[in-house]
Amino acid sequence: MERFLQVVVDGIADGSVYAALALALVLIFRSTGVVNFAQGEMAMFATFVAWALADAGVPLLLAVLGALVFAFAAGMVVERLLIRPVEGSNPLSLVIVTLGLFIVVNSAAGWIWGFNIKEFPALFPRGVAEIGNVSLSIESLGIIAVLLVVVGLLWLLFTKTPIGLAMRAAAQSPSSARLVGVPVGRMLMLGWGLASLLGALAGVLVAHRLFLDTNLMAGVLVYSFAGAALGGFDSPIGAVVGSWIIGVTEALAGTYIDVIGSDLKVLVPLGIIFVVLVVRPAGLFGSPEVTRA
Amino acid sequence: MSLVRVTAGSRAHMALRAGTALIVAIVLIAIPFNSNPSLNGNLTLVMSYAVASMGLGLLVGYAGQISLGQGAFFAIGAYAAAAMLAKTGLPYLLALPLAAAVTFAIGLAFGIPAVRVRGLYLALITLALAVAVGPVIKRAEPVTGGVSGLSAPQPPVPGWLAVDPDQWLYLLSLVVTALMLLLAANLTRGSLGRALVAIRDGERAARTSGVHVSRTKALLFAVAGAYAGVGGGLFTYAQGFVAPESFTLLLSFTFLGAVVVGGLGTVIGSVLGALFVVFVPQYAGDVNQALTGVIYGCTLIAVVYLLPGGAAGLLRRLRRLLVDVIEPAPAVPVPEPSPPPEAQRGVHDAVPTSDPAPTGGDPAARGLRP
Repeated sequence: MERFLQVVVDGIADGSVYAALALALVLIFRSTGVVNFAQGEMAMFATFVAWALADAGVPLLLAVLGALVFAFAAGMVVERLLIRPVEGSNPLSLVIVTLGLFIVVNSAAGWIWGFNIKEFPALFPRGVAEIGNVSLSIESLGIIAVLLVVVGLLWLLFTKTPIGLAMRAAAQSPSSARLVGVPVGRMLMLGWGLASLLGALAGVLVAHRLFLDTNLMAGVLVYSFAGAALGGFDSPIGAVVGSWIIGVTEALAGTYIDVIGSDLKVLVPLGIIFVVLVVRPAGLFGSPEVTRA
Repeated sequence: MSLVRVTAGSRAHMALRAGTALIVAIVLIAIPFNSNPSLNGNLTLVMSYAVASMGLGLLVGYAGQISLGQGAFFAIGAYAAAAMLAKTGLPYLLALPLAAAVTFAIGLAFGIPAVRVRGLYLALITLALAVAVGPVIKRAEPVTGGVSGLSAPQPPVPGWLAVDPDQWLYLLSLVVTALMLLLAANLTRGSLGRALVAIRDGERAARTSGVHVSRTKALLFAVAGAYAGVGGGLFTYAQGFVAPESFTLLLSFTFLGAVVVGGLGTVIGSVLGALFVVFVPQYAGDVNQALTGVIYGCTLIAVVYLLPGGAAGLLRRLRRLLVDVIEPAPAVPVPEPSPPPEAQRGVHDAVPTSDPAPTGGDPAARGLRP
């Protein structure tokens, strides 16, 4: 039982990392209708920025903060320069632009920092917290706490501030929002900046566990896609819950089902999203697509 | 404007088309005898990618279904061919139909549930397939050789033909690619093609007109899979060796890139797109090794901005500078709006919009073009 709880908490911690990136995907999908395949690579690049700053002697927390600011700015620039010109054209053009960005960012990171694996300093103290008979790793608990704080802040931003209201308006109905004076373009830029920041957060949270190289986020991105698809691509709550489900099932299947082991555990969440999408294409929390006949 | 003006369907038009096809065929056959083995190898690789992209092009360009799983079918086809060549004494030409049959069956099994979902969600389901195939290959060691890969004997040069192995592989792939190209062009012109365009332009309208939407989509998914299988078989012929690292997630993205760069809703575009995705990264590597990806990615983005109709659209515009094909005057004037000029047919037409406007008249008039 103790072991079971440990595996579940570790799974939720992994799921929280996926959730941060999934929230980024959902944020962009809701506002611009784009599935940003480059989200993970942008996050990886920002994580490298944090590593480089820390490597240059900047205190770790400050380095992470710097990387988050960098990611925020970079996300806005990407929206303005790359996405705006093809906005509103067919979805496939956008998919290809983000795939192109994926390749560019990945290669640029390798060019600047090399392809060797780097050790990313731990954000949380080593060791375990004993709760009853269960010993849970502080890192896992820390990651979960960070995610919960972030979700809380996002909720405050979107429901309690004028800027959040304007962002929601711009996402829901750009033309109506424009009519009442919302600067839609700027709101979309802000959305991309915020998403990029969330992705970077996922990157720095997971970099210590996975070690840092240019492929850091490729696996995470797939799980985040799975989480977002499971929860419903237009639902932030769904993205978090879906990512947790993915993280926990992955951890449980890898631990308890011998045939699966660590190499095939990726199939479990993929199987889940396959079944969920076929049975309920909008995901668990998403709103079903309604078309007028 | 143009140098020549011909009437569509006239004898001069037919002669012009036949002449062009003949010249292209002669050039393509002459290439391997006037280049070097490494270029021939690359062109053979282009053809294997082109066949897989053609199948994906049918799915994306004609039916508006975005699939990220084409790389997985390519891998399955390559492994099916390699396993047959390595473990049985069957004639090597059987490897291609076998690979096609395997991927067709898997495509059908996968397609029947998958076609229930649309657009982004189909992309995600197929992404799952693309991600899953790597670990499964590594695990299925008795068949696939696991991480260390599988060597397969390459097609031997027939005794009556005095060519080098690389030239033989090129010619073999050329014949297969040409056959698959003709098949795809015929598919898009036939009843399946009309049904696909009808589905793309308005699913409800298509269903009302008697198109069995889900059956057609599932069948197309399987056909696209079979194309990837044949492409994978050609890949095995050309490489003589398959290993998991040849079939990364990026391969599926590469095929989608080839389709878009080549031009949606055209069959020939896939070949041009395959040229792009094989050669641009290589030339980029020659310019600056470290910046390969940066140059490749920027070029990919630039193509989307500058050539919305893809390479095939560019080719069509160039052709129009030389030859002007005019529609024959109808015997009885029909008050039907003329189809839009081809130059304006960009990517925009090729993807379903949420706009449920019914298709006007014969779907063939709206977008069927080989």
